[in-house]
Amino acid sequence: MNKIEAIIKPFKLDEVKEALAEVGIQGMTVSEVKGFGRQKGQTEVYRGSEYAVDFVPKIKLEIVVADDAVDRVIKVIQESAKTGKIGDGKIFVWKIDKAMRIRTAEMNEAAV
Amino acid sequence: MKVRVKVLKWLCVMTLAGVMAFGLVGLTRADDAPKPDPAGTATGDKTTVYDAGGTALVVSEPAKLSDDDAKDPAKKKAYDDSLKAYNDFKAKADKEPVAMQLADAVGHNRVAINFTWTLVTGFLVMFMQAGFALVETGLCRAKNSGHTMAMNFMIYPMGMLGFYLCGFAFMFGGMGPITTMGGYAGLNNEFTINLFGKPFGLLGLKGFLLQGAGYDSAVFTLFLFQMVFMDTTATIPTGACAERWKFSSFMLYGCAIGTIMYPFFGNWVWGGGWLSQLGANFGIGHGHVDFAGSSVVHMQGGVIALVAAWIVGARYGKFNKDGSTNFMPPHSIPMAMLGTFILAFGWFGFNPGSSLAATDLRIGVVATNTMLASATGALAATLWMWWVRTKKPDPSMMCNGMLAGLVAITCPCAFVSAGGASILGAISGILVVESVFFFDKIGIDDPVGAISVHGVNGCWGCLSLGLFADGTYGQGWNGAHWFKLVDGTYKFFSDPSTAPTGSTEMGVLGLFYGGGMSQFWAELIGVTTCFITLAVITFIVFKVIGAILNGHRPTLDVEIGGLDVPEMGCLGYNGVVMDKEVETPHPKGYSNPSASVPAASRTPVSTR
Repeated sequence: MNKIEAIIKPFKLDEVKEALAEVGIQGMTVSEVKGFGRQKGQTEVYRGSEYAVDFVPKIKLEIVVADDAVDRVIKVIQESAKTGKIGDGKIFVWKIDKAMRIRTAEMNEAAV
Repeated sequence: MKVRVKVLKWLCVMTLAGVMAFGLVGLTRADDAPKPDPAGTATGDKTTVYDAGGTALVVSEPAKLSDDDAKDPAKKKAYDDSLKAYNDFKAKADKEPVAMQLADAVGHNRVAINFTWTLVTGFLVMFMQAGFALVETGLCRAKNSGHTMAMNFMIYPMGMLGFYLCGFAFMFGGMGPITTMGGYAGLNNEFTINLFGKPFGLLGLKGFLLQGAGYDSAVFTLFLFQMVFMDTTATIPTGACAERWKFSSFMLYGCAIGTIMYPFFGNWVWGGGWLSQLGANFGIGHGHVDFAGSSVVHMQGGVIALVAAWIVGARYGKFNKDGSTNFMPPHSIPMAMLGTFILAFGWFGFNPGSSLAATDLRIGVVATNTMLASATGALAATLWMWWVRTKKPDPSMMCNGMLAGLVAITCPCAFVSAGGASILGAISGILVVESVFFFDKIGIDDPVGAISVHGVNGCWGCLSLGLFADGTYGQGWNGAHWFKLVDGTYKFFSDPSTAPTGSTEMGVLGLFYGGGMSQFWAELIGVTTCFITLAVITFIVFKVIGAILNGHRPTLDVEIGGLDVPEMGCLGYNGVVMDKEVETPHPKGYSNPSASVPAASRTPVSTR
């Protein structure tokens, strides 16, 4: 099993969710995060105090899938989250050792 | 710690005992004082009936002429004329008893109109407490929201009770007749000294705890109105000292503001004291004129805020070693702007209400001038930020600009035209922006701009009266009489009956309308006195509070983590995730950052 962690632009969340539903992904965890990549923010001024707006709000999606689904899923995410502009985000894939469904105590592939 | 608490308790008890002694002396002294009217059933009669021009219906019997005065032909003629007018009126009145009864009812109604006006505008000003609370909390960080709101909340009862205890008596105990509300003259004890051959009123001494001569319906109405003005002053320093002021220190300040900080300058300007009599005594303009309180309310608050913010010290992380400032974001611009609108609305009570009379139809001009200055203030501040300073129209400065315009128009609102109001409002908008940058540069941390809005523009408002007052209103203000002679010169007459025939009595007149510098000097003396007096009083009060409480600040970890839970016991916003670390910049350039701000109180707030 693998966990796919995708950092995307917040307004792309609905599009990505619908695209994933079409390929059969039925669950995900979403969190609101801040971050920046190679492109930095700009300097702003508030009443005489300068400050840097480095961190940009993003959405982090976490989905755990079976090994054979990974390539298909990251392709779907990349296509639906892409705008072509700087700040589109990144996708990371992690190896998952174990998984369990709490309600039924099913393990691994059956739990995903 | 135990000794200091004992000292504090002893101080409170002795103060209360002293004030009650004052009050009891007032109660037990049996003099031929005017009879107070607590039920309101004896206030207002035909003697309070005036026409639109201010001419009384009833002609009163002239005072008997002494033998010496009878020898002076001018005085004898004046007496004879008055006696004839009185006899003519008495003859007419005796022929129409029903008309005289009706006149009693009309007089009562006029007083009732003025009571209603004063009370309702007073209620509007009370609502400004909500405005101040929202502006201050909106411009500060969310982790301190409960604490900031609580300070603005508690200052209302604390200031009120102090004012009730002795502040009102100090300020208005010697004001004389309450002319617009029935003429009750029981507040007649002003402590006066003689200087340069003239009486200098310093302090009122009647009306403590609103009993004795103070238990009169008109006095209670006046008390309510003046109290909400005092609370406006009281709530200004909570903004300048927000986010690092221990609640216990704030509460002691709350005890002092209504009792001994606000009333003295107030007495000198509004209580019949020496600043108001600069005209009658020395021919300096119409004395220090302040219609609704640019100096009495706002500049007093601004100066207290300045000295308090200086003594309490800047927020941790605000200033770097090289003097540059760090970003401390306002947590809710909608809250701040809503608060500003509430203040602008309440100001319609603040300025027009200060006539204490709806029968004074200048109130329309007052209200409109107020509105215009608020608009030009907001616009000027916005454009100044956008075009000159930060190249963006900053919402917090829009708020400060509108409030600056309102503060500045507060003094001259009754005495200027629409053009004057608009121009001085615009100047105040630019002034407030520059002032905010100035105080940052000299190392005074003012999170909400209170010193710039109220202190600087309160001063400008008074000085602008000396420039823009156009003479259409205020004849005889503060007992000073200025006439425009036939040849166009503008002259002071200590006895108005000696003005030559053909001359017209003028209202308050400023430099730009031919009044010369006289009124400007009177205003300058007033604002300088305000600054010196309040700076000294605030310094003493805050040093005493600091000694009793071992400092004004909470410990550094409390300040960084947010004052809400350690000081108040509960968060302002429960269930809201706050990024506290990002909200707290650390000061750059110090080897020991904790040394960048004054020492915290050595008594930490209790944790359980």
